[in-house]
Amino acid sequence: MVNLTIDNRKIEAEAGRTVLEVARENGIVIPTLCAHESLEPTGSCRLCVVEAKQGKRTRIVTSCLYPVAEGLIVDTKSERVMNVRRLVLQLLMARCPESEQLKAMAEEMGVKPEPRFTPDKDNVKCILCRMCVRTCEKIVGVSAIGFSYRGTEKNVCTPFKEESATCIGCGACAYVCPTGHIEMETTETGDARTIWGRTFKMQTCKVCGRYFAPVDQLAYISKKTGASADDLAVCVSCR
Amino acid sequence: MTKIKSFNELKSVQERLKAGRDPKKPCITICVGTGCLAYGTQKLVDSFREELAKRNLAEKVDFRTTGCHGFCERGPMVVIHPEKVFYQRVGLTDAGEIIDKTILKGEIIDRLLYVDPATGEKVIHEDDVPFYKKQTRLVFGLNSKVDPKSLEDYLAIGGYSALGKALTGMKPEAIIQEVIKANLRGRGGGGFPAGWKWDETRKAHGEPKYVICNADEGDPGAYMDRSLLEGNPHLVLEGMIIGAFAIGSSQGYIYVRNEYPLAVENITLAMNQAREAGLLGENILGTGFSFDVKINRGGGAFVCGESSALFASLEGRAGEPRAKYIHATHKGLYDKPTDLNNVETWANVPFIIEKGADWYASMGTAGSKGTKIFSLVGKINNTGLVEVPMGTTLRKIVFEIGGGIPDGRKFKAIQTGGPSGGCIPEQYLDLPVDFDELTKIGSMMGSGGMIVMDDRNCMVNVAKYFTNFLVNESCGKCVPCREGIRRMRDILVDITEGRGQEGDIELLESIAKGIQDGALCALGNSAPNPVMSTIRYFRDEYIAHIKEKRCPAGVCKELITYSVDAEKCTGCTVCSKVCPTGAASGERKKAHKIDTAKCTKCGACRESCKFDAIIVR
Repeated sequence: MVNLTIDNRKIEAEAGRTVLEVARENGIVIPTLCAHESLEPTGSCRLCVVEAKQGKRTRIVTSCLYPVAEGLIVDTKSERVMNVRRLVLQLLMARCPESEQLKAMAEEMGVKPEPRFTPDKDNVKCILCRMCVRTCEKIVGVSAIGFSYRGTEKNVCTPFKEESATCIGCGACAYVCPTGHIEMETTETGDARTIWGRTFKMQTCKVCGRYFAPVDQLAYISKKTGASADDLAVCVSCR
Repeated sequence: MTKIKSFNELKSVQERLKAGRDPKKPCITICVGTGCLAYGTQKLVDSFREELAKRNLAEKVDFRTTGCHGFCERGPMVVIHPEKVFYQRVGLTDAGEIIDKTILKGEIIDRLLYVDPATGEKVIHEDDVPFYKKQTRLVFGLNSKVDPKSLEDYLAIGGYSALGKALTGMKPEAIIQEVIKANLRGRGGGGFPAGWKWDETRKAHGEPKYVICNADEGDPGAYMDRSLLEGNPHLVLEGMIIGAFAIGSSQGYIYVRNEYPLAVENITLAMNQAREAGLLGENILGTGFSFDVKINRGGGAFVCGESSALFASLEGRAGEPRAKYIHATHKGLYDKPTDLNNVETWANVPFIIEKGADWYASMGTAGSKGTKIFSLVGKINNTGLVEVPMGTTLRKIVFEIGGGIPDGRKFKAIQTGGPSGGCIPEQYLDLPVDFDELTKIGSMMGSGGMIVMDDRNCMVNVAKYFTNFLVNESCGKCVPCREGIRRMRDILVDITEGRGQEGDIELLESIAKGIQDGALCALGNSAPNPVMSTIRYFRDEYIAHIKEKRCPAGVCKELITYSVDAEKCTGCTVCSKVCPTGAASGERKKAHKIDTAKCTKCGACRESCKFDAIIVR
């Protein structure tokens, strides 16, 4: 266990945990856009920055990655911290002017759009938080999507923007997407869903007869777990 | 070459090679670095070989192709030993004449000599050329003594002695102490003490340990590391093997840009030669120490010079940095202890081992020891690579070695440290150049790029250029760098195109602060430097652009018009001849005019006017 101070509060925490985890457990609010409890931190949105003082050195660090340490003094709302957060939100609002989530967050933090930043017109809602890519790789385990290009051109897509043979149509990426950028469409009858440009046939539950999961996803689960296809052909409600 | 099985055997091989070389025998050396090759030097090389053969001189005259000598402005360059007669801007058909006159008769060919612009006098010997005379060419000087494709050449000048000494006479800890005592600081940009890094990596838990040579040089206008790898690959390799022994590593990597084909070719050849000679691979010099190196070619992303992005790229993932709250010395490549040093840093190591830390630390300033190679480019007479002791003033580098600004124009600023460095104004010309002094005034050493600017460079435009470079090179992982730098660039574009607004300078400063604090890696943290340093030292120019819609240097096209000063114009008609659109016109011996409706502001008339009669406002 280590002793540290966050916003003038003395806190005891388990070594090896991150400042963000410890702060949240103690009711201290730090805003984030790319952090998710089921995913390893990536440090890309920079909203969770805090000012950390260790010994004589004070610096801005990302709380989602920075490990707690004995004697660490953290300020989660210093002027430098708020300056970074304000900039990040203004930049993202200019990139995704339609995003309701960003607007709400900005209002909560009292941040107004910077009028000098001309809003992008390409209607992208993606803030490149990487949650979809990390989910597909680490949780689902198929890595059907990734990044192409770099810098301002960077975007999430399937390789070469072609139909992905590895995608199982599970929709976890769309589920985890915080801004609703990833679109998944289901037919009226529910017999097929389309995501990342590929249409997946849906399986009916052998008990209730409703469509409940892509055939490819069930095949993938069967292969991974050894459960028989027959056992998997029952929806969650009927199981 | 057969395997060399001990240090003693290495010494005897060196002696034998040295003895086989008659110091009085004429030797023609010719630079085939990338700069000189671009002049077409390969033709000259072929022609020398042919002409020597024609005269049956192949046995009597040595002919050696070498790496870059540094005086790239004056290539193709030929030096004739032992007198060291220096011929520059040699014509591609001059080989026969040089052999007939200089080699056979001892005559000097006047037209190929260098003329010192300061005195107007011709210089015969290489050592007397001011460009070379005022340098301390410790690391880089060896380039002109060896054929980079020949291990024998490197051994003949005592190469791999430092490795022999380290492996047979020094304990790893003692080697590290020597490097710490020498205070060798990283030449790639960070300036972190190399010895401490070695020590940390050695002490870190975890096996295997890796040593890496960072050859992902990517600053616009910088080519020091390229010229070292191309020109003297064995020196870099020797440094790496010594480092690996000190750290306790058996596997190394060289991460080199694929855009450096000659560097890749020469270092690959050097590695094969060293393996064959028992200097690399299993049981080096019979000491039981084994170490090998693999080459990894980078795809040309600037960010991959950043350590954690370099590791990601080496591991086969996209070149994106990660937060470094745990140092690479503990968790680097494949999460194993890793020591990463730049090409030039490695090249310094053999000298420290061979001549000792005290000797090495006698050069330089209190905080920065040894020498540093700079690539001197831009508005400078002697474009090229220069090596000087740390602490040499900018004035000496620019005016004494660099020969000052072309066409007698006025020095305005020098940009150091690559795209994330800063622009240093005239008032700091007497600043001793070292890691700490450059940082104090808002720039940095970086890997050693120096771009000289004169009064015809617009500093807002310069800031825009570097910022745009960084927009293109940002990996895009974190928000402040990906989105912030491009917004800064957009504002700079507005300012240079007459759409600047009141408050833009303050807004740029505020975004810069947020990026410096908020970005994930050093590329992002330092990306605002070009803007910040130009605002700091050239705020007036920003204000002129924003408030008066005027570009004082006459560069930003939307803000300038071209006209002719009727009093200065002699009617020589040159401008009307070079003008691509027919905007400049007039009768011979009468003042010319520029039709602004046709003028595309390309600047050709201004550059060609000998009477300074073109007005840009």
